Amino acid sequence: MTDQKQTPAAPEHLPDPTPRRDFLRLGLTALAGVAAVEAGAISIGFFLPRLNEGEFGSVFKCGAVDKFPNGSVTPFNEGRFYLVRTQEGGFLALYRKCTHLGCAVPWDQAKKQFICPCHASVFDQTGAVLNAPAPRPLDLFAVTIANNQVQVDTSRAISRDRFDQTQVVYP
Amino acid sequence: MNTPNNSQPPLWQRVWRSAVREPFTGDRRSRLRLVMNNLILHLHPAQVPARTLRFTYTWGLGGLAALLVVILGATGMLLETAYTPSPDKAYTSILALSTRIWFGQFVRNVHHWSGNLMVIVVALHLLRVFFTGAFRTPREFNWLVGITLLLLTVVANFTGYLLPWDQLAYWAITVGSSIIVYVPFVGTGLSNILLGGPEIGPATLLNFYALHISIIPIAIFGLMSLHFWRVRKDGGLSLPRGVDEPPVSKDENVLTVADLVRPEIIWAIVALAAIALWSALVNAPLEALANPDASPNPAKAAWYFMGIQELLLHFHPLVGAIVVPLLGLLGLAALPYIDSDMNSVGIYFRSRRGRWLALFSVAVGTWLTALYIVLDEFLIDWVGWLPGIPTLLSNGVLPLILLLLGIIGYYDGIRAGFRATKCEAGLSVFMLVFTGFVVLTLVGVFFRGAGMKLMFPWEIIPTH
Ligand code: HEM
Ligand code: FES
Repeated sequence: MTDQKQTPAAPEHLPDPTPRRDFLRLGLTALAGVAAVEAGAISIGFFLPRLNEGEFGSVFKCGAVDKFPNGSVTPFNEGRFYLVRTQEGGFLALYRKCTHLGCAVPWDQAKKQFICPCHASVFDQTGAVLNAPAPRPLDLFAVTIANNQVQVDTSRAISRDRFDQTQVVYP
Repeated sequence: MNTPNNSQPPLWQRVWRSAVREPFTGDRRSRLRLVMNNLILHLHPAQVPARTLRFTYTWGLGGLAALLVVILGATGMLLETAYTPSPDKAYTSILALSTRIWFGQFVRNVHHWSGNLMVIVVALHLLRVFFTGAFRTPREFNWLVGITLLLLTVVANFTGYLLPWDQLAYWAITVGSSIIVYVPFVGTGLSNILLGGPEIGPATLLNFYALHISIIPIAIFGLMSLHFWRVRKDGGLSLPRGVDEPPVSKDENVLTVADLVRPEIIWAIVALAAIALWSALVNAPLEALANPDASPNPAKAAWYFMGIQELLLHFHPLVGAIVVPLLGLLGLAALPYIDSDMNSVGIYFRSRRGRWLALFSVAVGTWLTALYIVLDEFLIDWVGWLPGIPTLLSNGVLPLILLLLGIIGYYDGIRAGFRATKCEAGLSVFMLVFTGFVVLTLVGVFFRGAGMKLMFPWEIIPTH
């Protein structure tokens, strides 16, 4: 008798004989878990990158194909990329951000190489690594050519392990 | 208003009484009650064991860190009103601090130097807790809280670094945040979220600003409260002990007011004066406006990340920037759960032998690290020696395994060669690794010039 009377006074400390209470507790825990996941997802989603039209991250119109002679490298500072025209006349858009630690890689016209000022990584005209510490070639942006006009989409950098011919876009 | 009732004290006295809850009369009982009745003082117990007041035990480092948090909060709130977090206005608003705003430069200097000092002070506080073995039962959890506070301190500094939007800020944060990209699988995603895009831009500045002025400070404040509360709940400070002294379980108590509070106030004033003086004489750096088109040469991370950046020059980024620091952090966090030798709590460096071993390990760590850095510059070439093997293995996993084997060998050697206890050998390994990290940091800060080439400090040409 006395035992039973004490039960309601301190219910959470005693083994619970009622399955209904178990069920409620489980349900509440699950709901709290869902709420926590939702709160987390909202916070992360809120932080996801937001891009603005016309800035870096949008599509850049570079001009007519014949503005770029074969073997040329043209910087587009606003778009953070170099438009490279290979000797064979194909196009590559190289993201100028060094794949080592992110410095802006300048083009050395005399040496025909990209040489990073930060830790001396060297890349050739196609962005392939000639000298470490950079772990992979310069990233690419997608190039499209329509009506003889070159366009570069800077919304997504494409990383690659090595240079190969399929990356070059021909007019 | 009515004529004042003669039986009541004047209004200002009534207001004062209502605020302090109890009049202070200066006797013993009143001193004890004061500590309990005052919001700030009640962080302390009413009485403390006399020997925990020895300045040479704590060096007041935890208290100094707390003082710095207060200074940073006060100056930060002022700066907040003068600063605009957008790329086209940030730099000019910092410039305006030195040209148009009264005491603007001084307030910025105090904030800048206090922030940097805090990284050093918190690290030293960690060292003192480690050296005195104060992380052992029941203080394991407070050690973990402390490590989180150290990380938050570094992140607070890192996010603040970007705000001036000068060349130094822009490229240090570029280099620093690029390290995140090397985290396997989620690295790029994490970096995109933190930067609000693929590289530093307006969204980054706003993210960092929000982190710097609200998210991190609130987290630090909350964890600091937890930290202080745990110090009390864990029975106050660990009791200091001389090397040859038998264990002490109890000590004569003294009153917190004023035997603890008085030195605290005096030291706080001295520290405040020193920081103010330094800030009046030395300006916080500000370089040219950030230029995303031109990286300076060399482009260095903030000084507290230079140890990791130096590791990056020697090992594959995944190993140098992620695995090694993470292993170090894990080791630090696991420490109180591995090393539970209660016999040496309160003794600096565990024992007489511990002192010699610590010194010895600092010497070994300095020489080995410096030697490896020089050899790696001129001789060692893992990638060249092992052609055809992925660089992650040749320049990452292989040296990492050698490093870990070396550390295990060092531990066993100290155990066997010097008949050290486990806890003394553990101390030696800690000193070895910690010294290595300090040497890496110093080399990164002072011995790396253009193109990150190894050179003497006087050969390095400043970039600005
Ligand atoms: C914002 C950073 C921090 C603040 C403001 C802070 C503050 C304090 C204060 C005021 C004390 C009292 C004794 C003393 O001053 O030494 C203390 C003790 C302690 N702290 Fe911290 N601390 C911080 C970070 C850390 C870190 C990084 C660790 C270690 C990982 C740590 C671990 C401890 C432990 C274990 C104690 C108890 C020491 C003993 O009983 O002897 N704290 N802290
Ligand atoms: S950032 Fe280009 S080499 Fe390091």
